[in-house]
Amino acid sequence: MPDPVVVLIEDEPQIRRFLRATLTGQGYRLFEAATGADGVVEVGSRQPDVVIIDLGLPDTDGLDVIRHIREWTDVPIIVLSARGQERDKVTALDAGADDYVSKPFGAGELLARIRVALRHTAGASHEGDDAVFKVGGLRVDQLHRQVLVNEQEVHLTPIEYKLLTTLVHHAGKVVTHQQLLREVWGPSHTEQAHYARVYMAHLRHKLEAEPARPRYLLTEPGVGYRLAAE
Amino acid sequence: MGVAGERPDPDALLARVKDEEARKRRGALKVFFGAAAGVGKTYAMLDAAREQRADGVDVVVGYVETHGRAETDALLAGLEILPARLAEYHGATLREFDLDGALARRPALILVDELAHTNAPGSRHAKRWQDVLELLDAGINVYTTVNVQHLESLNDVVAKITGVVVRETVPDSVLEQADEFELIDLPPDELLERFKDGKVYMPDQAQEAIRNFFRKGNLIALRELALRRTAERVDAQMRVYMHEHAIGKVWPTAERLLVCISPGPDSARLVRAAKRMADRLGAPWVAAYVETPAQLRLPANVRDRVTQTLRLAEQLGAEVVTLPGQKMSEAILAFARDRNVTKIVVGKPRRPLWKRIVIGSIVDALVKGSGDINIEVISGGREDAAPIAPVLRRAIPTDWAPYGWATTVVALASGVAWLTLPFFELADLVMVYLLGIVVVATRYGRGPSLVASVLSVGALDFLFVPPVFTFAVSDVRYVFTFLVMLLVGIVTSNLAARIRMQAEAARQREQRTAALYALSRELASTRGVDELLKIAVRHIGEVFRSPVVVLLPGDAGVLTAWSGSQFAVDANELGVGRWVYEHRQAAGLGTATLPGASALYLPLVAPRGPVGALGIRPADRHALDAPEQLHQLETFANQTALAIERAYLADEAQQAQVRIETERLRNSLLSSVSHDLRTPLATITGAASTILESGERLDARTRHELLESIREEADRLNRLVQNLLEMTRLESGALQLSKEWHPLEEVIGAALSRLGKRLADRRVDTRVPPDLPLVPIDDVLVEQVLVNLLDNAIKYTPSASPIRIMATATDEAVTVEVADRGPGLPRGEEDKVFEKFYRGQPTGGRGAGLGLAICQGIVKAHGGHIWAQNLPEGGVAFLFTLPLAGKPPASVPADA
Repeated sequence: MPDPVVVLIEDEPQIRRFLRATLTGQGYRLFEAATGADGVVEVGSRQPDVVIIDLGLPDTDGLDVIRHIREWTDVPIIVLSARGQERDKVTALDAGADDYVSKPFGAGELLARIRVALRHTAGASHEGDDAVFKVGGLRVDQLHRQVLVNEQEVHLTPIEYKLLTTLVHHAGKVVTHQQLLREVWGPSHTEQAHYARVYMAHLRHKLEAEPARPRYLLTEPGVGYRLAAE
Repeated sequence: MGVAGERPDPDALLARVKDEEARKRRGALKVFFGAAAGVGKTYAMLDAAREQRADGVDVVVGYVETHGRAETDALLAGLEILPARLAEYHGATLREFDLDGALARRPALILVDELAHTNAPGSRHAKRWQDVLELLDAGINVYTTVNVQHLESLNDVVAKITGVVVRETVPDSVLEQADEFELIDLPPDELLERFKDGKVYMPDQAQEAIRNFFRKGNLIALRELALRRTAERVDAQMRVYMHEHAIGKVWPTAERLLVCISPGPDSARLVRAAKRMADRLGAPWVAAYVETPAQLRLPANVRDRVTQTLRLAEQLGAEVVTLPGQKMSEAILAFARDRNVTKIVVGKPRRPLWKRIVIGSIVDALVKGSGDINIEVISGGREDAAPIAPVLRRAIPTDWAPYGWATTVVALASGVAWLTLPFFELADLVMVYLLGIVVVATRYGRGPSLVASVLSVGALDFLFVPPVFTFAVSDVRYVFTFLVMLLVGIVTSNLAARIRMQAEAARQREQRTAALYALSRELASTRGVDELLKIAVRHIGEVFRSPVVVLLPGDAGVLTAWSGSQFAVDANELGVGRWVYEHRQAAGLGTATLPGASALYLPLVAPRGPVGALGIRPADRHALDAPEQLHQLETFANQTALAIERAYLADEAQQAQVRIETERLRNSLLSSVSHDLRTPLATITGAASTILESGERLDARTRHELLESIREEADRLNRLVQNLLEMTRLESGALQLSKEWHPLEEVIGAALSRLGKRLADRRVDTRVPPDLPLVPIDDVLVEQVLVNLLDNAIKYTPSASPIRIMATATDEAVTVEVADRGPGLPRGEEDKVFEKFYRGQPTGGRGAGLGLAICQGIVKAHGGHIWAQNLPEGGVAFLFTLPLAGKPPASVPADA
């Protein structure tokens, strides 16, 4: 497999410099754009495997760029945004972004997100391989409808199971409340955000050793949930 | 020299300096003063105006009446003349001075003839001199003319000399404001000559009266009055000059005059005499009216006269007081002593001689008790004082019922006497009647009891005294019995009536005091202008049974009706209110200014200046004419004004406090931020430059340590910036809660995972009961609270000590506790820690002291509260509540 191509749309030269060092050091081929307009051109011409975009661009709104890109490609988009702007993150995710990293972030965090994104792109082509999901002591076998924690089978109700498999499907990626409600309960239940929270609590009590300090079922306050993938 | 008393009094000097400053802003007033019509005042005025114009002054003729005299008309030529205002009155068109036009034109100098003129009804002011005062207030210089007979204080003297009562008068105080006073003098012979030639015109007077007026004797006397008046003025100027330059002893003694106003018809005269006396002495003077219980029962027209006399005194420059008291002499003397009065002026007693011998006279009582105060008795004499502003009053219909009751009581007494006749003597029956008289006197007052007395005597004579059933009397001794009975009846009536009146007076006073007390007490316990006004409007509305409006200046100083007002004001009424507010004088219904308004407007004046105006629209136009009512309304207005000002002051004080606080915060923020930003920056710069410059020579471990510290310090910077942003958001009010129902456990979990590595080796004991209800919170913010509390616990306790997080629920709220086992808080600082920039003694790491303040802000935004308490087993617990407000969400459908 050739080196994955990453397009970085970011106006801050310092951040571009740091990401250039990080990403090229990890074997990614990096193309940079300092404006939204240039970024769209880069995405169109470079056929990237991942797009990283800062929401605060000088020329256009990052959200518009995301929507624009989504018009013709499903390339994973990772958003860079500041903490405390949860609403913006949700909007970006709704607009078609796949994941986000809060500034300031460590290199490790961003690389993990990129890996997850690439894995999902690859996974989409051969679905069957994902029948068994494993992380730490948690094992979800969708083929046999079996959930094991530290080799112990855990009994889940149908909704709990559906919730878990939905998270498994997006493993490592953030899943917004809306997305969860839509996928688990159906599009008519998107207003009942507390459903997801209550069932998530049940799930934690069944799967986590310390439900108040979860290892697998992580909360992204104000945005949604993320199933730890590594 | 060297005698302190001869030096100019600094206070007085200051007052004069202020006076002069006020004068500079005010327009200057020049009065052309004459002894009589026809001396040439208007001519002199126009002449002077022409000179001014020649000097380039912007002169406008506001209003001049030339009465068709050719030489005067000639002087008008070439001067700009302000068009007259045409006022319709009873079908006639009157030409009036156009005040608004003059104010709009704003010349430097304006000529307004006939200062004493009475304006047509419907004008803004009743009198032209009020127009002139407004012009002066607006900074316009005014030339005007006035004759000596129009001077308020000389009005009575002139009437006496000439036999012509002049009804148009000008208060002396207006003339005293004049900067220049020019006497236009013409010898009586020449004036008579002019009169014979038909060159003198006197308005509003019958020809006969004018002929009587223009007699040589009169003219000489008037000329003398005018000359003397001018001389007094020059004298006063001289005194001011001397005083200013500390020349000699100016005031012979600190004289202070007090004039007693009685309800009698001669009191106006007395007031004028006192004014002249005070002027001669150069002394301040007070006009005092003693309100005894008996005077509360005086007929309305007499009380109106008192009110008018008091108004007159006020116009003449007196300080006016109303003293409550049982005895006039005592009240006067007590007040006089209190105020260091040196001379009391009273009218000659009017009581008949026998009464004076029996009861004594006020003058006698005053003289007896006066000590070193001089008593000046001025001869009485009636005058028909022109009403200053006629006070209209309804005729109160006599109530006949008490008289009916008096008759009934006498009939009853007769019945009782008839029944008991067989057992008693005639003398005893007299007692029965007397009892009846006493009953009537105590219940119905003097009139009915007098009737009862007379009826009783008649009934006794007719029914019991032989020969029975005739009014004839057989024995002369009975006549004596009747006389004594009648006298006893009259005396009893008087006594009982007096008691009733006193009780009534006391009740009225009590009522007034109680109403005022109720108002001021409620005002005192209230904050905020709106609340204060609500109370004031309610009280005033109730006490005076009339709707009330309050006009307040808005941001641009434009007067608008307060929203809680009880009636709407149109633009015209608002104009009246504005005038009242600007001139700090009452106007509207029942006053001399803008009497056409539908409501009476009083200024709300507080010590620092006017705060607004109060309007009251009585259902009955005359409800507020009684002096007590008006006086009480003024007191209410004053209380309200004071309360409003107090509220404004409190607001200002608070704003000042906020400004100081903000300033203090800014300073500590700067010092704190500059320190807290620089420290990590210094570390980062240092470590990074070390690696850059000597990277090769460093071993791997040192290099890693340096890099590690760069990252840690960067984290710290991030937290600091985050906190600053959060604080700014909280304080700017931009914080918007997006509340949803959350399981608390999840939020705690998010906080713990955010702290991640920093918590690494800590034991965190989380106790969240499984049945804890969902809480309505903004999870991002509450997570921030938990992160800050945990961060604090990490910072201020040893690295191995455990942390406990606990949640408990009641029906109303969930309480969350974050406890550590560290050193705890210093005693008494449990509250201080929530203040911004408060910092404990950290055992490791530092912060800007914002964390807990942010926690407090967030918890408060959720409607909860946060507090800290040291734990008995050591360490400190931070607790906060999150109310379970609102409708909990629909329960989650179970699935099998």
